[in-house]
This record gives sequence, C-alpha cells and structure tokens, in this order.
Amino acid sequence: MAAPMLRWCCPGRRFAFARVGCGSCHRRGPPTGSTSNGKRGQSTVAQQPHITAQKPRKGEREWAAVVGLEIHAQIASNSKLFSGSQVHFAAPPNSLVSFFDASLPGTLPVLNRRCVEAAVMTGLALDCHINRKSLFDRKHYFYADLPAGYQITQQRLPIAVNGSLAYSVSVGRKPSQMVTRTVRVKQIQLEQDSGKSLHDDLRSQTLIDLNRAGIGLLEVVLEPDMSCGEEAATAVRELQLILQALGTSQANMAEGQLRVDANISVHRPGEPLGVRTEVKNLNSARFLARAIDYEIQRQINELENGGEILNETRSFDYKLGCTVPMRDKEGKQDYRFMPEPNLPPLLLYDSGSLPPGADPQQVIDIDRLRERLPELPRVTRERLVRQYGMLPEHSCALLNEVGLLEFFQSVIKETRAEPKKVTSWVLNTFLGFLKQQNLAVSESPVTPSALAELLDLLDRKAISSSAAKQVFEELWRNEGKTPAQIVAEKKLELLQDLEALEQLCRSTLEAHPHVVMDLKRGNPRAINKLIGLVRKATLGRADPTAIKEVLERQLSS
Amino acid sequence: MVKDGCAHVKPAAATDLSVFLLVTWSLWWQTGHEDHVGPDPPRIIFSAGKALHRGALGWKAEWLLSIIRLLRLSPTLDGLEVSVALKQGQVTPTELCQRCLSLIKKTKFLNAYITVSEEVALKQAEEAEKRYKKGHSLGDLDGIPIAVKDNFSTSGIETTCASNMLKGYVPPYNATVVQKLLDQGALLMGKTNLDEFAMGSGSTDGIFGPVKNPWSYSKQYREKRKQNSHSENEDSNWLITGGSSGGSAAAVSAFTCFAALGSDTGGSTRNPAAHCGVVGLKPSYGLVSRHGLIPLVNSMDVPGILTRCVDDAATVLGILAGHDPKDSTTIQDPVKPFTLPSLTDVSKLCIGIPKEYLTPELSSEVHSLWSKAANLFESEGAKVIEVSLPHTSYSIVCYHVLCTSEVASNMARFDGLEYGHRCDSSVSTEAMYAATRREGFNDVVRGRILSGNFFLLKENYENYFVKAQKVRRLIANDFVNVFNSGVDVLLTPTTLSEAVPYTEFIKEDNRTRSAQDDIFTQAVNMAGLPAVSVPMALSTQGLPIGLQFIGRAFCDQQLLTVAKWFEKQVQFPVIQLQELMDDCSSVFENEKLASVSLK
Repeated sequence: MAAPMLRWCCPGRRFAFARVGCGSCHRRGPPTGSTSNGKRGQSTVAQQPHITAQKPRKGEREWAAVVGLEIHAQIASNSKLFSGSQVHFAAPPNSLVSFFDASLPGTLPVLNRRCVEAAVMTGLALDCHINRKSLFDRKHYFYADLPAGYQITQQRLPIAVNGSLAYSVSVGRKPSQMVTRTVRVKQIQLEQDSGKSLHDDLRSQTLIDLNRAGIGLLEVVLEPDMSCGEEAATAVRELQLILQALGTSQANMAEGQLRVDANISVHRPGEPLGVRTEVKNLNSARFLARAIDYEIQRQINELENGGEILNETRSFDYKLGCTVPMRDKEGKQDYRFMPEPNLPPLLLYDSGSLPPGADPQQVIDIDRLRERLPELPRVTRERLVRQYGMLPEHSCALLNEVGLLEFFQSVIKETRAEPKKVTSWVLNTFLGFLKQQNLAVSESPVTPSALAELLDLLDRKAISSSAAKQVFEELWRNEGKTPAQIVAEKKLELLQDLEALEQLCRSTLEAHPHVVMDLKRGNPRAINKLIGLVRKATLGRADPTAIKEVLERQLSS
Repeated sequence: MVKDGCAHVKPAAATDLSVFLLVTWSLWWQTGHEDHVGPDPPRIIFSAGKALHRGALGWKAEWLLSIIRLLRLSPTLDGLEVSVALKQGQVTPTELCQRCLSLIKKTKFLNAYITVSEEVALKQAEEAEKRYKKGHSLGDLDGIPIAVKDNFSTSGIETTCASNMLKGYVPPYNATVVQKLLDQGALLMGKTNLDEFAMGSGSTDGIFGPVKNPWSYSKQYREKRKQNSHSENEDSNWLITGGSSGGSAAAVSAFTCFAALGSDTGGSTRNPAAHCGVVGLKPSYGLVSRHGLIPLVNSMDVPGILTRCVDDAATVLGILAGHDPKDSTTIQDPVKPFTLPSLTDVSKLCIGIPKEYLTPELSSEVHSLWSKAANLFESEGAKVIEVSLPHTSYSIVCYHVLCTSEVASNMARFDGLEYGHRCDSSVSTEAMYAATRREGFNDVVRGRILSGNFFLLKENYENYFVKAQKVRRLIANDFVNVFNSGVDVLLTPTTLSEAVPYTEFIKEDNRTRSAQDDIFTQAVNMAGLPAVSVPMALSTQGLPIGLQFIGRAFCDQQLLTVAKWFEKQVQFPVIQLQELMDDCSSVFENEKLASVSLK
C-alpha cells in the first residue's frame, strides 16, 4: 500500500508537514523557515516530514513557543454582510459594489441573515457558547480600500465565545501514531471584509477594487495553545474542513477565502510569556507553517544573542522564506472603537426563548440551526473507521480532498468489492492520477460508477489486479467505454479455462527443465519464476494463485 | 440585488427602546461660525392675511390671495384646503408650482435654497396635472410643492450639506423620505440651506452663506422696530432663522413651499421652526427612516417636518412614518396615515412642566408665554403639574461628547476617494487625505472631528464616551419616569428667546451658541422622543415665539393632537410680508445669492 497520502491528517499536497516530536521545545539554531522546504510535488507522494525542532542537546536551555491565530474566513453567502451586492470571486473590478459598499453618505447597513446563520453554525460546530445578544462596533482606520474609514466588527460582544477545536498530529515515526490536541476558540465575530488595493509602482498610483469590500467574514480567534507551525497549520486545516462541511465558507486559501494572522512569542518554560509579534496575511497553509517556524527561530536567536523582541506586525516573504516588519504598520494604531449606532443589538433565540408568534423570517432560532448541522469531519472520520474498518489515517485522507469522500461513498454503494479494496483504489490509484494531473475530484474523467464496475470485475476475479490497472488507465483516457468493454477489447479477462491453463503450465515446465531442476534441488523461489513464465504466456490474464496451484499439482504428480 | 433568501433582516426590535438605549446611543451637534455678513436686505414682497380684501386686488393680487388662502394643506378655520382646491380644479399643480417658483426667485435674498430644481418640479407638476385631469390623484400631497434640506440624498440633484466637501456631489439615489414624498406626487422645489453638515444652530455656517429669517422683513417686525429704535440701519439687522434647518424653515415661512424636510439631531428642526413661526416636528426616533439622510449623529438624527400648521405636519408624518428595510433602526410595526382628531375636551390631559427648564437664560417674554400656555391648559380643564427631569443639566455636556464622537466616525468616509472634494496634492495617500479634509470641512466640522477622536481614544473612551452613554441613559430615564407618573405631554419653551439679529448671533462661536440654543431641545433627541414646536405668539418685537410639546416615544399622534388643540387656541398670526414684488431690484444685488442656482 502506498504510504504517501495515507498519513494521518497529512494535509497532503497543501502542507509542508512537520512532525511535532518534541512538542513545544525548540533549540537554538538557524531559522528553519527557508530550509524546511516543503516543495509541492506533482506526484502522489506527499513530502517527507521535515523536522523543525530537534532534541535539545544536554545542558542547553530550552525555549517554549506559543502560537495563537486569528483566522478570517469569508462567509459563503450570495450577498454581502450588510448590503445586497453579490459575492463572487474574480468578477470584473468594482462590478459588485452597492452604494453602501462605496460608503455613499446616507447609506445604512442591513444585516444579512445568512451570515448570522453561518456564524451561529460555525460557533455550534466549535462548541462555542452562542451569545443571545451580540453587538456591532466600528473600528476606525484610514486606508484606501476601506471606504467608510471604519470596519464594522464585533469587538465588545461577539456572536460566539469559548469554544474548542480538536485536531490530530502525528508524533512518532509512524503515521498512525497520532495524538489529539485541542486549541481553545476565544471567540467568533462577524465583520466586514475590506476592498483590495493594487499598487502600480510604475505610475505611482493605487487602484482600488471594492468587490470584496463588505463581504461577510467570520473572524475565529484561537487562543495561544499551539507551539509550532505544524500544529497551527493542522488546526487551520481542521477548521477549514469544518467550515467546508458546514458550508459556511468555501475556505479556499488560494482565493483568499481563508486568511490567517499568527501571534507568536517564545519564553523559557516556567517563565512568563515573551513579547509577541504578529505575522499577518498568511494565505497558504504551507507558508503559515513556515512563517511561524521561522519566526520562532528568529525570536530565539534574537534573545539568545541578547536582543529583544518588539511587539510589531510582520509579514512573511515567501520568496525569501522569512518574516519582515511591515512598514505601514509601524507605531501603535488606536482604532477608536465605537458602537455601530445603525445596527440594533443582534438578538438570537432558542426554542425556549422564541417569542410567541415571531415571524420565522425575522428571528434566528439557534436550536433549529443545531438540528440542521451536518456531520462534522471528526465524526465522519470516526464513522468511516467504524463502518469500513478503515485505518484512521485513511479516513483522514478521504476527507482531505474536496469531494473525495463523496466519490468514495458512491463507489462503495455500487460495488460488491471489499471496502478495504475500495479505499485502497480510491486513495492510491484514483487520487494518484488526480494529483499527477493536478485535477480536482470533480474534474475526474472516471466516474464512481465506472470505478465500481471495475472493482466488481476485480472482485469476481474476472480480471487480475494488473489488468485492472490497465483498465483504469484506459478509463482515464475517457473514451466513453465501460470497463467491461475495455476488458473485452483488450482481452484482459482472466483465463477461466482450466484445461488451457494446465496445457500452458505443462509446456512451460517442459520448456524450462533447468528451473524445474532448481526447484527440485530445494530452491523455493524457483516456483515464482515458473509462475512468472506462465503468466507471461497467458499475457497476464491468469490468476497467479491458480497458476501456482496447477504447477504444484503437476510437479508433484 | 441578490439577497440570501428573505435574508436581509432586522436583527432586533428597535421598538425595544430600552434595549437599544443601553448599548448604542451617543452624541451632540452644532458649532462654529463664519465671519460672514450678508448684504443689505431688499424690500419685500408680498402681503398676507385677513388684511387683504379680495375686491380691491388686481389679477396679480388675486393670485396671491389664492395662494395665501391655500397656505395650508389641510382644512383650517379660515383657509381653503389646497389639496381640495387641486381636486376641484380651482388651481392646477403647474400654476401652484410656478407660483412657488416665482416666490422662490423673489425671496432669493433669504438664501433659503441652495439648489432650486425648477425643471424637475415643473415636470412633476405636469404629471400631477395629468393625474388630476383623469381624477386619479395620488393623495393629499399630489401636486403640492415641497422643499428638502440639502442633507437628504436626492437622485440626480446635487446634495451638498452646505460643505465644500460635497459641492458637486450628485447622489445616485433618493433618501427614503424623499422617495416617499415623490411617490405621493409631491413637487420637489429644491434643496434648502443649512449649517455645514447640519452642525450649527443658526443656519449661518454653511459655505453658501447664512439664511435670513423672513420675519426680518415682516410688517409685524418692522413696525415694532420703527417704534423702538430709530438710529440703526434696519437692513443690516436681519435676523437669523435658527438652525440647522433654517433654509427649510424660511422656505415654508415665506410660502415658497407647503412643507419642507429638515433634520433634527439636537433641535435642528424645532429651533428654526420656532424662530420662523412655523410648526417643526421631530418624530420619535425609529418612526421615520434615516436612509439617505447624511448623518450627523446616527443615534439621534431624525428627519424633521416643517409646515405651516399641525395638520400638515401630521399629513406628512403619516406618509413618511413606518418601517424601512434599508434602515434597521426603524420600527417594524406598520404605520398608517392618519388624520388628527380635533380635541374639544382637554380635561383628561395631564401636562407636565419640567422645572429644570426654567433657566436664568430664559427670556422673560418666553417665560411669560410659557406660563400663559400652561394657564390656558389649566383653564380648559387639563391637569397641569410641575415635574422634574433631574439630569437635565448634564445633558448638554453629555450631548457634546456623544455627538462629536459620532461625528468623528461619520466624517471618516470623506476622504476624497469615492466621491466629493479631492485636493490636488498627490504626494501620498495620507497627504491627499489631510489636504482634502482640510479644504473640504470648515472649522466647526474639523473641531468636532478632533474632539470626537479625542473622546474615542482608547485611554479616554471609558472616561468620556461610556460615561456620556450612562448619563444619556439617566436622561432618557428621567423622561420615562415622568411619563410613567401619568404625564401625557410635556410643555416647554423651544428656544431661550426670539430670533436674534445675525450681527448679534455671530458674537459667540458656533459651539457656545449651539450649547445655549439646544438647551430645551437636545435632551429629547437623547431620549428618542417625539417633540413639536408650535408657534404661539409674537414677542413685543413682533417676532414669533414657539413652545415645545414633548410626547411619549411613538405616541406622535397623541402629541400632535394636543399640539393641534393648542394651535387652534392661540391663533398665531400669519406673517405679513409686504411691499410686494414691485421693487425686487435690490434682491439681486446680493452676490452671495448668486450661488443659488436657478435653473
């Protein structure tokens, strides 16, 4: 079984993957950001884990790192948080801008119900306490892509607080050596996204696109319970899966639907936490892990060399693999928070507190949303393990690719093949082909039914597994043929005619007396050579077990 | 527009005023002034009232008479109802419109209008006329000329807020209240003058210059002046209108329209109404949509209504009131247009007189009229009791903190990027912001932004903003307690005194003036209550004095019913603007008025 994508919670192609062998202990050394090279491969083989933290040498004092995250997830909604403009990725610049989004004087915010529901569902999925009353605030700063001069957010009383997010990381050499870690969710707040600035240095001008301005964001604040880039990246990955399962965010980092800011500090165990820095705008999980690990090492080096850590905002230069101070974030910003006077408090209800006769369009019932929650990734994985006897890391791999689980389940439904077989085919062959061509599951030329049919042929031993691979390759070419047609055309079906097989075996034995002699002299491996020769003679259409049986019978007679 | 299902919902019931007050409300309004002395006033224009005899007038005067008799939208004792006249074809919308346009031109020196939308109005009149001919009028406002304060967005019509920042800004949409009036067939005559961004209490601090009070030129005032003073040049002593909706008040007072929209954040509708002898209504917060009103203080702003009688204010309120999906702070309950009953018996009424409103600064004349009004109610059988609003004295300072904070926030959007003024500097984005805002805002606006930002600083927020909110809560509770004790309506002065001459007014700066002038009005905004200023009588100087009625939240109709009864009792005289249109030449000497665009 090919190991690569079967690693427990291995984030697959997305992640440079670090093993967190020594937890939060870091030793002195050069920053590893640039050396922990998680090159994204085209092959189906995931990267080998790199080591960010090595065992401290004896006598050397350890450092502990503390990492907290602020994650901004764009809410999957048709319209923006406070206006009716559409939400759509990659639309022509400034084509999705309402009067409110452009902050025309006199316009007022109107809260989007869908965004509130998304926040509540996400809060429930992360075991948060949902505040029955939450408030909106204005956060002020001047920036060209912030038309109103303030962002509407939930600073004082957010919609959800005090939750937790569990994620699993591998700790040992074996992928199945997993531990579950938990990071506390401080709060989830609703807020507006800003527009985008495009700096044209050549003509020294800045172009503003307000399409994104006003889209609903969920800001999920994770407490500093993580200790390295890998943990942070894995936690983010788990959150991503949860958001996608809920449908509350597409959480596609490449499209900016999920953006992460990391707060990082280091300290000596037993001593107070160190001064933290914030690394902003990490928009891929790989960079997230690298940036955090780099920053940890940078801080350690700085302190070991007698320097001090400034409470500053930094950005990650992915080309250089290091973090650098952000020039425009120098100095302390005072956001001059103020209650948003145009939005009354957001009141939520549950079945107990629902006012009688309330218009269902006007109120949000938390209990009804709870009932509608889909199965969460953690539960799905447990179910897969239970239901199909799957290894935990396989269940993880199935969830890691968008649509893969659904594909798997469709195949299972239509085939008589063993779930183990299906798992192996889906995770190795099918996923391998996808990765090789960089395709999403939805773009696959092979349908679940075709794969199911193929696995059926294999299951009733109509074809050998090597023939099955051949059929799969044919299917991938997508020439509209069914597996049965391909098998017939290519004459791939297993030799079912026992007499013919016996004939072939006999002639093979006759043609290779020296191998037979070898075998009789006691070399057990000689039988394999004979099997191989017979298979070759059948053009690979005979089952090796059957060949072995016949040969042994003939030899002993 | 794509919406998520029925998605855009109002998160909570705004009617739950107590909940809302707890968390969101804030501010104060007003301040600063321009050292800007207006030109000599022309001699005026038309005459009105019972003094006229129909038989003695020529054609022109005949017309005038018809206008004057149609002063009011609704039936009154001695006036015809203009909407009835329209329905009966005694006058056509186009005639009415042209008449008002001609009056606007003749009163141009008042500087009441920033933009006159002549073409739009005439076109609307034409449409209205067609409807009347077919007998399908849209309602009481069909074909009725109205004016709108220049801080309400009007689609396709420049909306300046009397600021360089928005000079030339043409909104692409109508404020909800404007749209509602247009949907009723009202004719939009133009946009009226104000203090820059409605920050002021005199209508003296806008870039288009001060508004002049029509009463400066009334027969009533001039005759008194002749008796009292002999030395001063009477033309240089024109009076301010009060503000910040002074343009709207002057427009209604000078008969250039039948109703006007103002805005009221600390008294901006009631104050000029009192000074100009018209009715000024500030509806309950949340009853009328603010969508499209360029905000001063979101938690206190309310579109105001200025008319010549209480019934007209009620008619307009009936049209404007109600939930607006675009303003989440409007009440959900449907509001139907209503007609005010004529009270005959006030014996079941309880009128409260807040003792804290008897301040040393109150002029003796206003004081005595206030007492007279209280006696009037008492003599007609109403229960009149002294009540206490103990936190009144903290109101102004609390308002100052909350108002400037919200102003600082609301003004942040004026950065020269999306709309409005942009400076020429292109050194950097920051330099552009700074220069744009320095050029775009006057001292008053900049001063408020500065103090507001100070109050919102992290280190100051608790000590100022949060404290002010708590005080606001106390002030609102004062009213709740009084109303819970059985009081139906509070009776107070609207202003300390009658209108003062401009030269007098500008001796104090905007901030001081506003703090003084808002004293009786702004607590109402902090509490979100409805209040109306009704003209009561002329002072010894011949100038109008108004009194204010304050009602329970969302009991606007009850408030107006009481106001209507009072109005009927006091029989406030009609303004007599004489020395008709024969000599209008001086009108056009005024350079300042050249900025009033008559298209």
